[in-house]
Amino acid sequence: MEIDVLKRVPVREQDPEVRAKNFEEVCYGYNKEEAMAEASRCLKCKNPRCVTGCPVMIDIPGFIKEIQEGNIEQAYRVISNYSSLPAVCGRVCPQESQCEAKCVRGIKGEPVSIGKLERFAADTAIESGVRPVPPAQRKGKKVAVIGSGPAGLTCAGDLARMGYDVHVFEALHEPGGVLVYGIPEFRLPKEKVVRHEIENVKALGVTIETNVVVGKSVTVDELMEEEGFDAVFIGSGAGLPRFMGIPGENANGVFSANEYLTRSNLMKAFDESYDTPIAAGKKVAVVGGGNVAMDAARTALRLGAEVYIVYRRSEKELPARAEEVHHAKEEGIIFKLLTNPKQVLVDERGWVKGIECIGMELGEPDASGRRRPVEKPGSEFVLDVDTVIMALGTSPNPLISSTTKGLEVNSHKCIVAEEEFGRTTKEGVFAGGDAVTGAATVILAMGAGKAAAKGIDNYLSGKEQ
Amino acid sequence: MFEILKKEELAANIFLMDVKAPRIAKSGYPGQFVIVKIDEKGERIPLTICDYDREAGTVTIVFQSVGASTKMMAELEAGDYFRDVVGPLGKPSELIGLTPEELRAKKLLFIGGGVGTAPVYPQVKWMKEHGVDVDCIIGARSRNLIILEDAMREAAANVYVTTDDGSYGFHGNVNDCLKDLIRNQGKEYGQIVAIGPVIMMKFVCLLTKELGIPTIVSMNPIMVDGTGMCGACRLSVGGQVRFACVDGPEFDGHLVNFDEAMKRQQMYKTEEGRAQLREIEGETHHGGCGFCG
Repeated sequence: MEIDVLKRVPVREQDPEVRAKNFEEVCYGYNKEEAMAEASRCLKCKNPRCVTGCPVMIDIPGFIKEIQEGNIEQAYRVISNYSSLPAVCGRVCPQESQCEAKCVRGIKGEPVSIGKLERFAADTAIESGVRPVPPAQRKGKKVAVIGSGPAGLTCAGDLARMGYDVHVFEALHEPGGVLVYGIPEFRLPKEKVVRHEIENVKALGVTIETNVVVGKSVTVDELMEEEGFDAVFIGSGAGLPRFMGIPGENANGVFSANEYLTRSNLMKAFDESYDTPIAAGKKVAVVGGGNVAMDAARTALRLGAEVYIVYRRSEKELPARAEEVHHAKEEGIIFKLLTNPKQVLVDERGWVKGIECIGMELGEPDASGRRRPVEKPGSEFVLDVDTVIMALGTSPNPLISSTTKGLEVNSHKCIVAEEEFGRTTKEGVFAGGDAVTGAATVILAMGAGKAAAKGIDNYLSGKEQ
Repeated sequence: MFEILKKEELAANIFLMDVKAPRIAKSGYPGQFVIVKIDEKGERIPLTICDYDREAGTVTIVFQSVGASTKMMAELEAGDYFRDVVGPLGKPSELIGLTPEELRAKKLLFIGGGVGTAPVYPQVKWMKEHGVDVDCIIGARSRNLIILEDAMREAAANVYVTTDDGSYGFHGNVNDCLKDLIRNQGKEYGQIVAIGPVIMMKFVCLLTKELGIPTIVSMNPIMVDGTGMCGACRLSVGGQVRFACVDGPEFDGHLVNFDEAMKRQQMYKTEEGRAQLREIEGETHHGGCGFCG
């Protein structure tokens, strides 16, 4: 295969017009020939800067070298030493602002497609049925992990590899957290990828108990005092949706992105064989500009709607990954930028009949460093929609923090935890991921789960002073 | 998997089940609810806890088979399993935080309408166990829809049964019965708990506001996760947006916007109806359900 070293080997994708009507994965990923060709673009830097851009510090040149030589299983083993969820990360990590942003190849040309190569190694391992094995040496200590999202699964996987007995508690009926209820099928296949990665964590000896809402079904204190857990990791995420507080927001047809995505992803409303209803909508406005907004918009599109993204800043400030915005545009999502909703218009039956918006312009930078959007008087207009999806971010659920003695939270209800090892204000209790930081990314949560696993090991083996 | 240990048909299409769920039985309190899911592809169905047995590790649920999912539930028998049961969710009734003296001083009346009698029962039973005498009105359209009368008679000091059609007990709805108790029988109440259809709770609250009697209601709106994650269950209470699943399900009935709640529940009804129509008509269903136009 001939390549231009300055350019990436292109990755095959489903045609936008076709994929706008199905839930199949958008990106097909590399085949072996393409992956080996792309791997050959890696400069194998002595001081690999890409690794410093990775929250879990995967030996990136190490696994790429194995791919280049055709040792795909070995490449997977290298990644597995650092990450419990490579098939997930290869798909949803913001590589363009992490490892790939630091790639030396990227100075002159396009950076190496590290994410696509990681995905290829992980997918190949899935196909050949390679599974991790639990260590023979047991520590004889029990750790409870609350939440089976990226933070919890990573922490559980790392602790199991060290020889701890790990029990994961999940509030919903399926493990996976945001990987299952939040990120759609067309971006992260549930059966092939997520379930497989969870089975890998189980293969390490981790048990997962679903349908347990910690803080309600059982408390952290009870887990430690009555159920004999020596340490607890809280990775319960940031699940509480925000609304705008504008008139008409309780009308029928206004949903949080969480509800809309949960119905479609976790409850599989898009699949006729499931009983879940979803109000797909014919004309849908999604309010917000993050990855969740793109996911909700592209889900509504696939359910047959004409979809608008309503975002109060300009394209440059969109918090979503560039790739997601690009995919959304390709599929026909209409972007109403510098636009903010004023109120939801409601018909006499209580249903949405439109959304009144106002034009915005960017003023001085605010505390976040982004230019503050200000209303343009007299620019009000009505967007004719029957469904409104609010994708304005989420905050942590206080169910656990409010029922655990001695666990401190900050003013945003985020659990206070040290960054290095995830230690909280309560002895033996560690935390990480969105429960600590507020809504962030899968890989940052995984990094925090990993750090906490080290912290828990230090604590339980008496290395902590 | 959660085994059904007992099933009983309390009235036409109203069923009671004891389900093995030790974590919930251990930590549940009156006023809280559970979510059950029949199988992999079923909906998550919220149901208020009707009773629990901490030793036996069981919770009791009561449901009316109205929609596609509850009809499927009604087909389950003792020995069958729910794939998922999660709880206890929501906050326990505020009343159970009070001392028996405080509760006695309140002069409590419980009102259960239709299948809403089931969530009233554990509260009345709690009062009995804590030595608090309370009165209770059970209402339904007709005699054959009155449930849990015997159990309630054991737990409450006085039980007043009322039917809309007069086929049993007092002739009238729960409000007529309440007015009769206060105006004609010299009863005095300082706190009411009313649970039933939203329309019933609305009218009870209109009356009790007039009478100046604080009234607690239990809301059962559309829900998905039941842990505060989706916001489907949001209500306006005193002008504030509250989530029934984590802030409730019990609220001060004089502050709840029932009209909005009924409209939001309509969405549920038509959607539930939609699932049912699809079941009956399959892909041939086009229009008529009020949803798909």
